[in-house]
Amino acid sequence: MAVHTSQSVAKAAGDDVARGRSRGTGKSAPPSKLRRALSVHWYAWTMVAPVVLVIGVIIGYPLVRGIWLSLTDANERNVARSIGVNEMPATYEFVGLDNYADALTGNQFLGTLGWTLVWTVSCVTITFCLGMALANILNRRIVGRSAYRMALILPWAIPGFVSVFAWRFLYNENNGLLNKILGGAGIDGIPWLNDPTWAKFSVIAVNVWLGVPFMMVALLGGLQSIPAEQYEAAEMDGATAWQRFRHVTLPGLRPVSTTVVLLSTIWTFNMFPVIFLLTRGGPGEATQILVTQAYKFSFEISPRDFAQSSTWGVLILVLLMLFAMVYRRVLRTQGDNW
Amino acid sequence: MRRGITATALVATLALAATACGSDDESGGSKSSGELSGTVTWWDTSNVGSEDKVFKKIAEGFEKKHPKVDVKYVNVPFGEAQNKFKNAAQAGSGAPDVIRSEVAWTPEFADLGYLAPLDGTAALKNDGDFLKQAAASTKYKGKTYAVPQVIDSMGIFYNKKMFADAGVEPPAKIADLKTVAEKIKKKTGKTGLYLRGDDSYYFLSFLYGEGGDLVDAEAKTVTVDSAEGVKAFGVVKDLVDSGAAKTDATDGWENMMQSFKNGDVAMMINGPWAVADTLTGKEFTDKANLGISTVPAGSAAQGAPQGGHNLGVYAGSENLDASYAFVEYMTSVESQAQAAGELNLLPTRTSAYSKKEAVDSEIVQFFKPVVETAVERPWIPETGSLFAPLNVEYTKVLTGQTTPEKAAKSTGDSYRKLLKGWK
Repeated sequence: MAVHTSQSVAKAAGDDVARGRSRGTGKSAPPSKLRRALSVHWYAWTMVAPVVLVIGVIIGYPLVRGIWLSLTDANERNVARSIGVNEMPATYEFVGLDNYADALTGNQFLGTLGWTLVWTVSCVTITFCLGMALANILNRRIVGRSAYRMALILPWAIPGFVSVFAWRFLYNENNGLLNKILGGAGIDGIPWLNDPTWAKFSVIAVNVWLGVPFMMVALLGGLQSIPAEQYEAAEMDGATAWQRFRHVTLPGLRPVSTTVVLLSTIWTFNMFPVIFLLTRGGPGEATQILVTQAYKFSFEISPRDFAQSSTWGVLILVLLMLFAMVYRRVLRTQGDNW
Repeated sequence: MRRGITATALVATLALAATACGSDDESGGSKSSGELSGTVTWWDTSNVGSEDKVFKKIAEGFEKKHPKVDVKYVNVPFGEAQNKFKNAAQAGSGAPDVIRSEVAWTPEFADLGYLAPLDGTAALKNDGDFLKQAAASTKYKGKTYAVPQVIDSMGIFYNKKMFADAGVEPPAKIADLKTVAEKIKKKTGKTGLYLRGDDSYYFLSFLYGEGGDLVDAEAKTVTVDSAEGVKAFGVVKDLVDSGAAKTDATDGWENMMQSFKNGDVAMMINGPWAVADTLTGKEFTDKANLGISTVPAGSAAQGAPQGGHNLGVYAGSENLDASYAFVEYMTSVESQAQAAGELNLLPTRTSAYSKKEAVDSEIVQFFKPVVETAVERPWIPETGSLFAPLNVEYTKVLTGQTTPEKAAKSTGDSYRKLLKGWK
């Protein structure tokens, strides 16, 4: 032990001396920042280059192209395509910000945005509250804790589309299990996916079901990192269970909960599969959120409207970036730094 | 040394591959001997579990005639085929050689340059034999882009036993439809009609019944938002609100077929394509229990839409000659007679109707006059695009989210946006 320590100290000291002296002498002017960065980090840059390149190609190029398309009137008919002997050149034109003006002044974008916000806020709130409650339950020593944990994580383990299709069968108005159960209890069947209000309720319920495991696991991890001494101290001071939750648990979970709320908001805002596979945005367009509508423009209507679809895509990106910025700023003023 | 050998081998392989490709291209077409070879991929859109087996069998018959041709049968669900084909065609890879295209898709695919013109090719043999209505959708800007495979229209399918129990006759008018449904409800407790709420194709006969139409192509006018159109939206809304019909905004096809096959509803509006599937239901183990009647007339007229399927050849096909021959084979009198006999589907060739299989099929005989008087849609490139906005508004009316007036107006507005310069 002792030998070890002394050795390393001596080595460190020697290092220090060598660094200070030998480098300091014989240099007339300090090299530029860039060159120094390059000379020190060239190896790192070389290693990272392929990744940067790949990211540039698979994210940067589509992004730039999407922004470009949103400034044109491109659709299925006027983009370039070559099919066998048919060679059709692109004939779409630059239209400036017309698409954005159309989207922001029309009813469709703002209407869809309204429901998207309701959907995001309610999904995240309910998921967070449920996840928090379940995490607190599972954080106690209860019998069969690991079995409960397994069962509660299950929705997360099933591929998303499988569970959404399962729900679709459950929701079926005439043959679905939910209405059969209600019928057994003498209650009239509910038009789960055929009534606009019930459809909204149904998609939120499925998304909550899918999202709770993630919240629960993340918050459970957070709970377990809160030192038990804090609870003991609070108990000694005579704090009630609610006070302990309010003043020990919640502040202790802060770093975890801020992150999961941000992530979950972004995911829910763009939660394509639940809406698309459950209702296709219907009935009518009652449950259409921004991403499913953007998809509809470029894949479901004809002629496919690539320009409008990209415009919505860019607007979604801008909205989420704004949200992340504001959220970060709010947290920073509250004393969190990340 | 080693490297030298590898390089030579590589060059040799490449050269071989190149020549192989070259010769393949030629043999993919017709060699001087006239023998066809290569692969023909066919996207069929017929119903899985009933129609697909028969079409697969017919398609494989082509391999017997041309042993060097490999027919690849792929069943693509009807609801996805249009988009799937467009994706593949636009990307320039993954598209089939031959596609079964719904009649309304054909002019659109042709307009986008996805289909090969067929005039003067082996695909169009004896084309004077085709029914006029069936051939209409295959022409675009003076050229022929597809060959009609089946033609169809719609009628009311009814459960004869339930009708007898309730003591009613098939309704001839929409007013009768309501009284029939009421009696059925009273006597059997079941709903009268299943009306698909997620596909506005099932709305067309009500629109025509009130004297309306989607557009008037000759006058370049949008007509869906006329008074007749508003009335038609009102008619379907009333059928659902009054309980004469039930509907769904999702899974309409499955729910409709299940309800009818299990005897939960007494009637559905459907076409010959549904017959094979219907007969697999428990209510129809006795085939004679299935009754078919014309769609009920509205206040102005009686009319069902004319539909059907064409076979088109992908313009980028690497095996055009074999594809042309395959299309010719699939639309021949023999193939059509076989489909008529086994699936009760209507041939598009006049001469196929005199074949025994078609003569023996009651359903073919029933639908033949229906098809002849069915309402043709305008065969413009946008025909296939007219349904997307209509679907949304139609479902909204049925689920009580909008009024017939607003639905008609909103559909009309979308059409005018789509059809530039139309009134």
